[in-house]
Amino acid sequence: MICLKDVHKSFGANQVLKGVTLDFQEKGKITAVLGPNGSGKTTLIKCILGLVLADSGKIEVEGQSIKGEWLYRQHIDYLPQIARFPENLSVRELIALIKDIRGGTAHDQELIERFDLTDYLDQRLVNLSGGTKQKVNLTLCFMYDSPLVILDEPTSGLDPVAMQRLRELIRQEKQNGKMILITTHIMSFVEEMADEIVFLLEGKIYFRGTIATLKDRYQETNVERAIAKILSEQSTASSNNGQLSKKEKESLKIS
Amino acid sequence: MLKILKYTLFDLLRSRWSYIYFGFYLVFASALLFLSGDVSKVVISLMNAILILCPLIATMFGVMYYYNAREFTELLLAQPIRRRDIFWGQYFGLAFSLSLSLLLGIGIPFLVYGLLASTEIWNFLTLIGNGVVLSFIFSGLAFLIALSNDNKIKGFGLAILAWLFFAVIYDGLFLLLLLWFREYPLESLSLGLSILNPIDLSRILVLLELDISALMGYTGAVFQRFFGTGWGMAIAVLALFFWVIVPTWGIRRIADRKDF
Repeated sequence: MICLKDVHKSFGANQVLKGVTLDFQEKGKITAVLGPNGSGKTTLIKCILGLVLADSGKIEVEGQSIKGEWLYRQHIDYLPQIARFPENLSVRELIALIKDIRGGTAHDQELIERFDLTDYLDQRLVNLSGGTKQKVNLTLCFMYDSPLVILDEPTSGLDPVAMQRLRELIRQEKQNGKMILITTHIMSFVEEMADEIVFLLEGKIYFRGTIATLKDRYQETNVERAIAKILSEQSTASSNNGQLSKKEKESLKIS
Repeated sequence: MLKILKYTLFDLLRSRWSYIYFGFYLVFASALLFLSGDVSKVVISLMNAILILCPLIATMFGVMYYYNAREFTELLLAQPIRRRDIFWGQYFGLAFSLSLSLLLGIGIPFLVYGLLASTEIWNFLTLIGNGVVLSFIFSGLAFLIALSNDNKIKGFGLAILAWLFFAVIYDGLFLLLLLWFREYPLESLSLGLSILNPIDLSRILVLLELDISALMGYTGAVFQRFFGTGWGMAIAVLALFFWVIVPTWGIRRIADRKDF
């Protein structure tokens, strides 16, 4: 479904992706893309969405190269990290805008009820709280039945009830056979939801496997500790090789 | 593109800044009309305001709108829609909303004053037409500058500098050039230079329409002498049209290649 072959991307002198090769084929699976700040996970996701144009390498979605294409995005539901919308539109108009662009059948009503948004439909987006905006964001993302779902920090700003509903929604979409990619910094969420972890470090895939494999390999009881161990190992190895500057070591914090 | 344009227009027409902009023109044009009573003079006064204000407001709004909508634009970019359609939709939506504020703000007082019964209707239309074209040109330039600069402060600075250059600095440089090379025939140079500045072009167009040779200045006079009023106006209109095409094409070019 998604296939990346030797993808490179630089921003000026900063090489963000250094030959990433990844293949996501299995339906009904949740994959968490993790990595420290600046490891390239957002760039990787943006490359798949066509927001960032790769310097070299090949990216295919549903068997088709995405270079110069835009229609393939109808196979992808995307939840951006920051929920900011045109201030003077109402929630109803915003939903109508996305429906206008995408066409087809949307099950927005079900999501509006799930996230208790009925009372907010005619309110302007500028008057909504951060959490309510995130619920609108989630509605926009999940209202189409696309086979691929990409969620960038889906939990930000949600209250515990909405968080629970989001978990249920993600599980339901997984059962419906969708492939879900998530980036988040909340490790408990990863541990609870993800089937597989892709760990990026300095623009390369450092680890890919199930949570059990990760815990086994690093002999830790939870994901957070295992990730911390990867980072400290990497930090030690690099400083032994004299490759990592002090600044770079400081940046090796999990995000 | 039309879908994005429609919702951008919905959004902007409800913005309080659109009302403030509309209110300013309404009060300004009403005050001038009812205090002076001479429509021709009012058109000239409004021309001076429009030539400076339309480009300035379009520049400010263009940059502000682009940066404010940046996160939402990312969401749109992840939808099955061509990049250029998103940015063209936003750009035209903004330019239409500014044009509407101008049209209604100035149009209402003129209509109330009895414009339809007077002979000044063409002068009025030229004035409004110029304001609209300037709004399109400068919001396009602002979008172009904002698209090319991810740093907001730099984008704002460059956009204001662009406005300052066309509204103020350009005339100064023009005058200096004319002074330095006064011993040479300067008609072609000054014709070429005025085509390169949309604000100058608009001024010439309004003055040609009003036929006020005393206010035309050097370039206006050269324009009229070289082309006659009819050709002069046609060339000015064409050049202004070209000035709308350039940023529109530039937006497409940058949008297709940019990383977001």
